[in-house]
Amino acid sequence: MYEQEEHRLIRSTVREFAEQEIKPVAKELDDREEFSYDLTKKMGEIGLFGIVVTPEYGGQGMDYFSYIIAVEELARIDGSQAATIAAHNSLGIGPLYYHGTEEQKQRYIPPLCTGDGLWAFGLTEPEAGSDSRGSKTSARLENGNWIINGSKIFITNGATDITLGTTVQAVTGEVDGKKEFSTIIVNRDTPGYTSRAMKEKMMWRASNTAELYFDDCTVPEDHLLGDRGDGSHIMLETLDDGRLSIAAMGLGLAQGAYEMALEYSKQRRQFGKPISKFQVIAFKLADMAMKVELGRNLLYKACWLKQNKQPFAKESAMAKLYCSEIAKEVADEAVQVHGGYGLMKEYDIERFYRDQRLLQIGEGTSEIQRLVISRYILSE
Amino acid sequence: MNIFVCVSHVPDTTTKVQVGEDGKSIDPSGVTWILNPYDEYAVEAALQLKEAREGEVTVVCFGPDAVKETIRKGLAMGADKGLHIKSDQPRDSFGTAKALAETLKDREADVIFCGRQSIDYDGWQMAGLLGEMLDLPSVTVASKLEIKEDGSIEAEREIEGGMETVVSKLPAVISAQKGLNDPRYPKLQGIMQAKRKPIEDVEPSPYKNRVEVLEMSKPPVKSAGKIVGEGPDAVKELVKLLHEEAKVI
Repeated sequence: MYEQEEHRLIRSTVREFAEQEIKPVAKELDDREEFSYDLTKKMGEIGLFGIVVTPEYGGQGMDYFSYIIAVEELARIDGSQAATIAAHNSLGIGPLYYHGTEEQKQRYIPPLCTGDGLWAFGLTEPEAGSDSRGSKTSARLENGNWIINGSKIFITNGATDITLGTTVQAVTGEVDGKKEFSTIIVNRDTPGYTSRAMKEKMMWRASNTAELYFDDCTVPEDHLLGDRGDGSHIMLETLDDGRLSIAAMGLGLAQGAYEMALEYSKQRRQFGKPISKFQVIAFKLADMAMKVELGRNLLYKACWLKQNKQPFAKESAMAKLYCSEIAKEVADEAVQVHGGYGLMKEYDIERFYRDQRLLQIGEGTSEIQRLVISRYILSE
Repeated sequence: MNIFVCVSHVPDTTTKVQVGEDGKSIDPSGVTWILNPYDEYAVEAALQLKEAREGEVTVVCFGPDAVKETIRKGLAMGADKGLHIKSDQPRDSFGTAKALAETLKDREADVIFCGRQSIDYDGWQMAGLLGEMLDLPSVTVASKLEIKEDGSIEAEREIEGGMETVVSKLPAVISAQKGLNDPRYPKLQGIMQAKRKPIEDVEPSPYKNRVEVLEMSKPPVKSAGKIVGEGPDAVKELVKLLHEEAKVI
C-alpha cells in the first residue's frame, strides 16, 4: 500500500547487500566487539549515508520511507550495522541538515554522505537519561567563543576513527528560572574535546558507543546550531525523527528473528516430524507473523504521516514502543523455538536476543514513549 | 560504443513457484520478480565496458508492463536507457529472440550482452538465436572476457572438464556466465536517477509460437525414507529391498 517501485528496489538492494556483505561477518564482529570500517565504507558506497539529504549537499535525495526501509532491512540481518546507519542519518546528519545555516550545511554535510565520515549527537549524560532537562553540560560565551564543559554518555558513533565531530546539547544560560539549552557543533580536533569508546556492551557490539568529555572545549561562536535557546526544540524534533528509525530496527529485528524461527521449525524434527507441524510451535509462528505485520503497518503509517506533513509524534512514539516491544517478544519466542541451540552463539538468534534489549531503552525508554503517547491522547 | 543488454524478468530464486490453474503456466500470485541473476553479470559487463570505452548502455526486455521494474533495476545499476518490447503474450525462445532481433537490427549495436540462461524456463538459447538472426558471432557462457581497443574479443568459456579460449570480433553477441564479474549493487542515488531515465516502448511484430507448452508440473514429492532396522541384522533385509523393491542392485 505504501510502497512504490523505487521502494521495492531499495528493499531488494539493501536486503541483498545485508545478506551478502554483512551476514557473513556479523557474528565475528559481535564476538570481537569490533566496529567495521570496511562495512561502514561499503554502506556509504551504496548510498546509506545521507539517504534523505538532497543531492545538492551530496545526499541521495530519497524520501523518508526509503530510509526506514533501508534501516529495517539492515536490522533484519544485524542490529549493529543498522545502528550505525540509523544514528548517523537521524542523529548525526539530521540536526545539521534541518537546523544548519546554508554555510554550515555546505561545510559539514557533504563529507558525511560518502561513507568516509560519521557524526554524533551528544544528548544523554551520566545523570540525565530520561530526564534530559537535567543535563549539566554547559557552554558559556566568552570573547566570541563558546567554552564547553561537561560530559556525555552512550553516544553512538561518537568515537570511531572516522567520527568527524559531534553536535552537543549544552545549557547556555537561564531564562525565567528555566535552563536555556542550545546545540553547538564540535569538530573532533577541538582542544579540550575527547571521546572514548565504551566497551563490554551486551548488545550492538559491532557499533560504536562513546563517552564524550568537554574540558574548556572552545569553539567559535558561529558553531551554534540553530538559535540560542533552540536546543530543546532541536532535540525533541530529532528524537521524533530518530524514534521511527529505532522502530524500523525493532521491526527488522523481529522480521529476522521470525524468519529464523520459521526456517528452524521446518528443519528441526522431534517425535518423528518437523516441529512446525506441532500446533504449539505453529501458533507461536502465527503470533510472530501477526506482530511483525502489525508493527509494519503502524510504522509505515507513521512514516506516511511524516512524509505528508501531518502530525506524527504520537504515532512515532507508538511505532517505537510497539516495534521495540515486539522485537523482544518475537526474539524471545524465536529462541524458544530453537530450544537449546537458541542459547548457543553458533545461531544468530542468540545475538538477536541480546540486540533487541537496547530497543526498549535507547532514544526514549518504553516508559517515556508511554508518557509521550498518554500526554497526546489526554490533551486531544 | 553502443552496448545493449538483453535481460529477463524472472521469479525470485527464493519464491516457491506453483503451477497455475491452466496447468501449463506458473501462478503469478505472490511471486516476487527479479532481474535474472545471470543477466546481472551481463549488465555489469556492459557497464564496465562503457566505463572503459565510453558509450551508452541500453537495457532491453521483452514482456508485459511488469518487466519495466526489471529494466529499472538495470538503469539503477547504471545503464542509460531502457527498451521495452511490450507484449502480454508469452513466447517461446525463438519468438523472444525474434522480437529482440527485429528491435535491435537497425540500432547499430557494437555488442549485445545477455545472461547464459534465464533461471525460469532455462532455455539457454538467446545468445545463439540472436547471433544467427542478426548474423553476428555469438560467444556463449563467457566466464572471462576481454574486448580490445581494435574490437577483437578474447573470451574464456567453461566446457566440460576444462576451459576453452576463443577469439572473435565486434559486433557480437556475448552471453555471461557466473564468475565473469562481480555485479555492483545499485546505489540509492542510482535508484532515484533510474526513475528519470527514458524507457522506450516498442511493439513486436506478430508471432505464433513454434513450441507449445502442453503441461507444467512440479517434480514428484520425495517420499519419506524407510528405516529397515538397526545393526548388522538389518543388512539382510536392506539388501533384499534394494534388490527387489528399489532394483538398484
